[in-house]
Amino acid sequence: MTNHSNNPTIGGKTSMKTIREAINDALREEMRRDPTVIILGEEVSGGAGCGGQDDAYGGVFGVTKGLMPEFGRERVIDTPISEAAIIGAAAGAANNGLRPVAELMFFDFIGVSFDQIFNQAAKFRYMFGGKSKTPMVIRGTVGGGWRAGAQHSSMLHSIVTHVAGLKVVMPANAYDAKGLMVQAIRDDDPVIFLEHKVMYDIACEVPDEQYCIPFGEASFPRQGNDVTIVAISNMVTHALTVADILAKEGIGCDVIDPRTVSPLDHEAILESVAVTGRLVIIDEGNPRCGLASDIAGIVAEHGFYSLKAPIRTVTAPHTPVPFAPELEDAYLPNAEKLMVAVREVLAAGPSGA
Amino acid sequence: MPYSTEFLLTAYRTMKTIREFEERCVKEFEGGNIPGFTHVSNGQEAIAVAACIDLSDKDIIGSTHRGHGHCIAKGCDVGGMMKEIMGRATGLCKGKGGSMHIADIDKGMLGANAIVGGGPPLVNGAALAAKTLGTKNVALSFNGDGSANQGTVFEAMNMAVVLKLPHIFVYENNGYAEGTAANYGVGATSLTERNAGFGMPAECVDGLDFFATYEALKIATEHARNGGGPTAIEAMCVRFDGHFIGDPQLYRPKDEIKNARKTQDCLKIFRERVITEGWLKAAVMDAIDSEVMVAIETAVVDALAAPHPDPATDLMSDVYCSY
Repeated sequence: MTNHSNNPTIGGKTSMKTIREAINDALREEMRRDPTVIILGEEVSGGAGCGGQDDAYGGVFGVTKGLMPEFGRERVIDTPISEAAIIGAAAGAANNGLRPVAELMFFDFIGVSFDQIFNQAAKFRYMFGGKSKTPMVIRGTVGGGWRAGAQHSSMLHSIVTHVAGLKVVMPANAYDAKGLMVQAIRDDDPVIFLEHKVMYDIACEVPDEQYCIPFGEASFPRQGNDVTIVAISNMVTHALTVADILAKEGIGCDVIDPRTVSPLDHEAILESVAVTGRLVIIDEGNPRCGLASDIAGIVAEHGFYSLKAPIRTVTAPHTPVPFAPELEDAYLPNAEKLMVAVREVLAAGPSGA
Repeated sequence: MPYSTEFLLTAYRTMKTIREFEERCVKEFEGGNIPGFTHVSNGQEAIAVAACIDLSDKDIIGSTHRGHGHCIAKGCDVGGMMKEIMGRATGLCKGKGGSMHIADIDKGMLGANAIVGGGPPLVNGAALAAKTLGTKNVALSFNGDGSANQGTVFEAMNMAVVLKLPHIFVYENNGYAEGTAANYGVGATSLTERNAGFGMPAECVDGLDFFATYEALKIATEHARNGGGPTAIEAMCVRFDGHFIGDPQLYRPKDEIKNARKTQDCLKIFRERVITEGWLKAAVMDAIDSEVMVAIETAVVDALAAPHPDPATDLMSDVYCSY
């Protein structure tokens, strides 16, 4: 049984930090603590060989800003635009004494590097009979809302969650982002760390010291007995909006943020559904073979007799992410769509509310 | 004598071990003792041994689907290899890898690789680790004329130059990428010229000549070890057998297959050279031949008697360090 308490209390000082700053803190402190931690990717510093300003980017979203000036280009490595070579270098280095953090910039770019992720890094340990370990982190930005078009907005967590040998992390706040990144770097398996690009500036109180959040342990940003809402990454924002509105109506939403989708905290979800009997899953990914249908399947198989109403999923439609603002807005799951689904689930079933 | 007797004996013994291992794999495959499919490297032994003979266990190699020879040259245990290829629990990878995924991290063998072109990006990583940690170790990737056309290899070569990585790219050009000719699939008139275009030293050698191949690789390895960055060596060679065991090879001229063993056998060429030069006596090599035959026979007998994996305990283990 996993510990289903909310975030453990960390002693000492805290500061308001954005997700961007929290991840930067985690990287910086781990690099100070462990000389084998390196960062590589496109413009993780920026300005290599240009003659202008060094550290011009610090990653395209500024997450790794300031790390190259402290740790040098030997440990914060600007690479050519060669995603397969970036991931391969990270995986090969991870098997030879380093703990690389590779950045894919936009996680859509797994397309050109996927062999190195799913055929190589993910399978080493199994293929090699347990003799190897591959302690690497692949950071990538996911999700829509930036009008970035179909090839820079995908939510591809389900693809990597499907792959045995990978762990998949999706923080929804700065506290989790820091603790999960520290855990990801210290973890001995390949970890995919997915950062939602619309969430970088969302801030909360974050302990100054380093701490780990274990993988496979959900958090419960709202607790209630009437309906379970499972949400990850930016969808947690919408789940909280809905939960706070319904709370004023006396309806209690049990909001579960799994934080990591591989491993997934099955128990937290099943225990919640055992109480509420009603489940809505909101996921920004496409609907087919996605996280929402996966969780629905788990509950249908293991929690069927707890259910008082059919499970509902709120996902993107089965299309690429569109560019035009009105199309993208229509594409993305949001609080309104979630509210409709939650009310339907509350009203459905033989003992509907 | 430019080479020590010990060096020559090691070179011969290792090449002969690869030859007999591969010939025996064919026999055991045809006898139904090897599941799946298998690619053998007989005919290409000189390159594997020339590339690995000076490497330590801390130097890393990445191999290909045709990787048995590279494993043996890098010091992997032939008994463990044969068990692995037969899918046994006591194989080098507990029977979870098989012929195309033999690896032995302790020997600096980062794995055969069933994805053509999958290895060089990973070998860059091993080279990056060596450079970052300042170990003076080198990394070496084996490639074929087929993987030479993969984008992953282009990316890896460029990055190796950009980051000045101690990575030796070895191209075993046996003339065939599966069933397609190298002179069809490689668009450039010369693979070596194209390799040079990446901005690294590039050389083409006769891969049937152990000594020519060794001398080129020695320079490349020292260059990498001294911080000079990557080198590409194309070694021309011949594949005695098909792409996989059982490949009818209809795409090859019949006399080419027939003549390869007669006129392009790197082991024969080695023997003739060392005898002509007076470096080794035939009787010494004949004795090695006998010892190798016994060792391979033992490997096969042991492998056939080795336990099979137990699904109850072995199926689910070794996926993660922790999950």
